[in-house]
Amino acid sequence: MLIEKSAMAGTLESSDAQVTVEPAEGLELNIQSSVLNQYGHQIKATILETLNRLEVTAGKVTVIDKGALDCTLKARVECAVFRSCGKSESNIPWGGVIND
Amino acid sequence: MRNAVGREIPDYLLTNGREVYQGKNYKDGQYIKKASPTVRRGEKPVEDKLCQTIREACEKCGAHDGMTFSFHTEFRDGDYVASMVCKVLVEEMGLKDLHVAATSLGSAQDIFADYMEQGIIVEAQTSGVRGRIGEVISAGKLKNPAIIRSHGGRPRAVEAGEVHIDIAFLAAATSDCCGNAKGTGGKNNCGSMGFANHDSHYADHTVIITDTLVPFPNLPSSISCIDVDAVCVVEAIGDPKKIATKEARMTDNPRELMMAENVAKVIAATPYFKDGFSFQTGVGGPSLAVNRFLEEHMRKQNIKMSFALGGTSSAICALQDKGLVDYILDTQDFDQGAAAHLFTNPHHVEIDLSEYANAANKGAYVNKLDYVVLSALEVDTKFNVNVITGSDGVLRGAPGGHPDTAAGSKCCIIVTPLTRGRMATVCKDVVTVTTPGDCVDVLVTDYGIAVNPARQDIIECLDQAGIKHVAIESLQEKAYSLVGEPEPLQWEDQVVAIVEARDGTILDVVKKVKPFSFE
Repeated sequence: MLIEKSAMAGTLESSDAQVTVEPAEGLELNIQSSVLNQYGHQIKATILETLNRLEVTAGKVTVIDKGALDCTLKARVECAVFRSCGKSESNIPWGGVIND
Repeated sequence: MRNAVGREIPDYLLTNGREVYQGKNYKDGQYIKKASPTVRRGEKPVEDKLCQTIREACEKCGAHDGMTFSFHTEFRDGDYVASMVCKVLVEEMGLKDLHVAATSLGSAQDIFADYMEQGIIVEAQTSGVRGRIGEVISAGKLKNPAIIRSHGGRPRAVEAGEVHIDIAFLAAATSDCCGNAKGTGGKNNCGSMGFANHDSHYADHTVIITDTLVPFPNLPSSISCIDVDAVCVVEAIGDPKKIATKEARMTDNPRELMMAENVAKVIAATPYFKDGFSFQTGVGGPSLAVNRFLEEHMRKQNIKMSFALGGTSSAICALQDKGLVDYILDTQDFDQGAAAHLFTNPHHVEIDLSEYANAANKGAYVNKLDYVVLSALEVDTKFNVNVITGSDGVLRGAPGGHPDTAAGSKCCIIVTPLTRGRMATVCKDVVTVTTPGDCVDVLVTDYGIAVNPARQDIIECLDQAGIKHVAIESLQEKAYSLVGEPEPLQWEDQVVAIVEARDGTILDVVKKVKPFSFE
């Protein structure tokens, strides 16, 4: 999928994550997390894996994590990407790519 | 050297006879020589001991570079006095190399963090570290490692002469002109002065700071005028509304209430639950809520509590007013209701921290405690508890009386949710051991109950009562299956804090945290 415009999903509530995607040349990932010391690598792996499944190869992705579980991270990344490329208006393929 | 809870303690800390933790009751029966203060004779009659300013009181008491000063934190986040005094010492008098001996350190003392960064405060001994001070210490900016002691460990260290207090600055709700002082009857009341009394006996100098001067003699008093050098009257000593912070709240969270209900069931299933039993709860949401559910079991079995111990909430005062609790032995009041209740019932009395929990006196009240219900930031599969460092390794908690009551009680119950956000509360190894697993008996979580295998007697009681329990390892596995297995924290070599066991041995150390990197 191609990130066409800036889009956001999620909140800054505890146990959630706020994901912002913006168009960019290459793939640029920026992660902040309240649980960085213990889960930083897992968070990064989950986000990259989700972007990979969504076939996103370019874009600036910013994640502000407040201790979200992996399932939440996946859902927020997926939603932000869908919103950035007009896939969120109708027939949303929820979890389709993620669950494959 | 590795200690009894498997923690590696650097050898350079083991000087002056300091040992690593050997297990509970290791020093039982040993004799100790108590330290004594050097006091100024007040032989010549004086009208009063009033000083116009804190600075005048400091000068009268010989405040000097390198001295140790103490204060109590009965006002918790609402304390004004510690910061007020420290500002005078540093900014008006220009003192340096200051040592702090606190009952706790938190957001009310944020200014101390600046003085630590500037190298003016060089040492801190406390029973808790929260807020910016914790961040500054964890970043390795305090010159000497902080020493974390339990509420019982603090008076032990003072009596052993390991901490010698030059001046104790003690906030008091009321005082007379000669220093008979207490935590009630004034404009801003904290109730019990249990954190303060002991300092007045062991400090070389004691300054009472009050906002309500009352006629002489202010009796009965918590602090006696014979221990007081100076009295200062200030505008306000603290904000009592801030005593009840989020750590001291009564929960309406159904998950916490469910856990509290299960704690009460565990208590009712063990043999110490009989007429005349004794009880203490910590200040966390679910542990405080146990008070609610206990009443039902007490009425059903027609039994009463002989004494409730330690930090006191309105919940336990209400039980006393209903005739279900004979004595409340109060070191600290968690809310204004409890502070107002102190002394109004003649069986609601104040005790100091040594009476409460000191392992090196002839027998503290914790030794007579049947049950204690406590919270935890983390519990590991060896039942070791951490209440001082967050999962990021930063100091942000308070052992308080946790290690003392756990060691003294016949049945110590930890109540905590299995996970908090993405943090596994039940884990393989706690970041820092503050209460050793040999003192912890039962763990109650929202996903099940586990009993320390060392307590087969309690296991049998729960089985008889039909209360389900599981191995603690299965709770830890459940937690990791929900949130993922945490990666171990990365540390620098620098020790930023020493966690002392209640007997004075070294239980654990906290090192400087390495900033996280994705590399």
